[in-house]
Amino acid sequence: MFSPIIIIEAMINGLLTGAIYALVALGLTLVYGVLHIINFAHGATLAAAMFAVWGLNAGFGIDPYVAIVIVTPVFFALGYGLQRFVIGPAAHGDDGNILLITLGLSILIENALLASFGSDTRSIPSDFAFSVVEAGPFLLSSAKLVGAVGSLVVAILFWLLMTRTDTGKAIRAVAREKLGARLVGINVGHVYAVTFGLGCAALGVAACLLMPTFYVNPRIGGAFVNIAFTVVVLGGMGSVPGAVAGGLIIGVVESVSGLLLGESLGQIGIFIIFILVLLLRPTGLFGARV
Amino acid sequence: MLEVRGLRAGYGAVEVLRGIDLSVGRGEIVAVLGANGVGKTTLNMALSGVLPATSGTITFDGVALGASASMAVDAGLVHVPEGRKIFPNMSVRENLELGSYRRGAKNRARNLENVFDTFPRLRERAVQAAGTLSGGEQQMLAIGRGMMAEPKLLILDEPSLGLSPLLVEEMFSLVRRLNADGLPIMLVEQNVVQSLEIAARAYIIENGTVTMSGTSVEISANPELKRAYLGL
Repeated sequence: MFSPIIIIEAMINGLLTGAIYALVALGLTLVYGVLHIINFAHGATLAAAMFAVWGLNAGFGIDPYVAIVIVTPVFFALGYGLQRFVIGPAAHGDDGNILLITLGLSILIENALLASFGSDTRSIPSDFAFSVVEAGPFLLSSAKLVGAVGSLVVAILFWLLMTRTDTGKAIRAVAREKLGARLVGINVGHVYAVTFGLGCAALGVAACLLMPTFYVNPRIGGAFVNIAFTVVVLGGMGSVPGAVAGGLIIGVVESVSGLLLGESLGQIGIFIIFILVLLLRPTGLFGARV
Repeated sequence: MLEVRGLRAGYGAVEVLRGIDLSVGRGEIVAVLGANGVGKTTLNMALSGVLPATSGTITFDGVALGASASMAVDAGLVHVPEGRKIFPNMSVRENLELGSYRRGAKNRARNLENVFDTFPRLRERAVQAAGTLSGGEQQMLAIGRGMMAEPKLLILDEPSLGLSPLLVEEMFSLVRRLNADGLPIMLVEQNVVQSLEIAARAYIIENGTVTMSGTSVEISANPELKRAYLGL
């Protein structure tokens, strides 16, 4: 068997990866909780954000961590515009249409990336990817540590936004009571677009935190979104704290089962959890919306 | 204050309001009465800009309304809807804060105190999720949320609906109290007798049009109304 040190290290590594999963799932669960739609373009948007980070580095030599201040607002604006001027108007108030539109968008974005960058896998060459931090008996990847801290900071900022600001309160109001929200003067179309923008902005941050150690190709989003869906179901559809808890749990499960069963079988743990949650607690750990 | 002329509105091909004319003056309580399904709620939705009118005009305090719901709130026309439509997932305090999302944000702290003074029950339950309140408390919250926007005119849609007889009494005396400070109120009700008691004037709506209007005294004395609504 493995020594406890190795198992604990795997769990810590899982927590670090899980924080990024949580960040990717955050936007998905927020959009579901407020707009009550599943955004199928989430993965493709993540891929686009990762290409943006890669492009800023390859073209202008901008460090991925510095790119956060560029990519995040740009993706917020893109998400806002997409919901306000494309998805919203094209949906005609029918959730079924939104499903098809986001699915179409994902195909469009993936193929646009394929046409512009080809199917090659690219990464940002950096020594930082190999630097490690020694914490007692454990060796932890610096980039993963930064990624996890960054993700948790974003999650906390989200929580503050949702509970402390009028915009956040308006988002939560719209999530549950649209007519009441309109009657206090909240512009529901605007709030939907802000929510969608926030989801995309979270992906922008995730892309910046991932790129120092990860690679990008036009189909990379799928890998993350499959996990993000599991995270969202585990945490409870629409629950922001659920996304964080779910992300961390899934990260640990993946890492530990990878250690015990081998890297290729490791993901089986995630899907066993997925099935168990659906069987035992279909509303997820935090089964409340937003 | 509020002038409505030839207002028509509906849902899709179904026309619900077939040309409504009414007005609310400064400081007045005006009752809008009628049975279920005559278009009272549709009228409120059109007045607050939630439902676009197909024709007719809504003038409030000299401003033409109807384009959007936020426009009505900006102008100070605040609609407390039937069924309360509070935010069940949020605390009582947050619900009230959102009442001043668009209007009255500057005086939020002061108005919050005023609402808590008017409804001590809400102060006790300030941090409780609004969805866990009783029906009467939810109605207080809905009215309190409306007050947070510093209304120039308050539309109350069926405030007595679903309340116990005692609470209905309390609700009507509350409406009278709100009005005593000079706030004009358009009271939309099925509860004809009690509404006529506190209103200065009333409109009776049937089938999407105003069939009768006048002072409460005139309306109460009308034999037709007595037969139709009071069963006398």
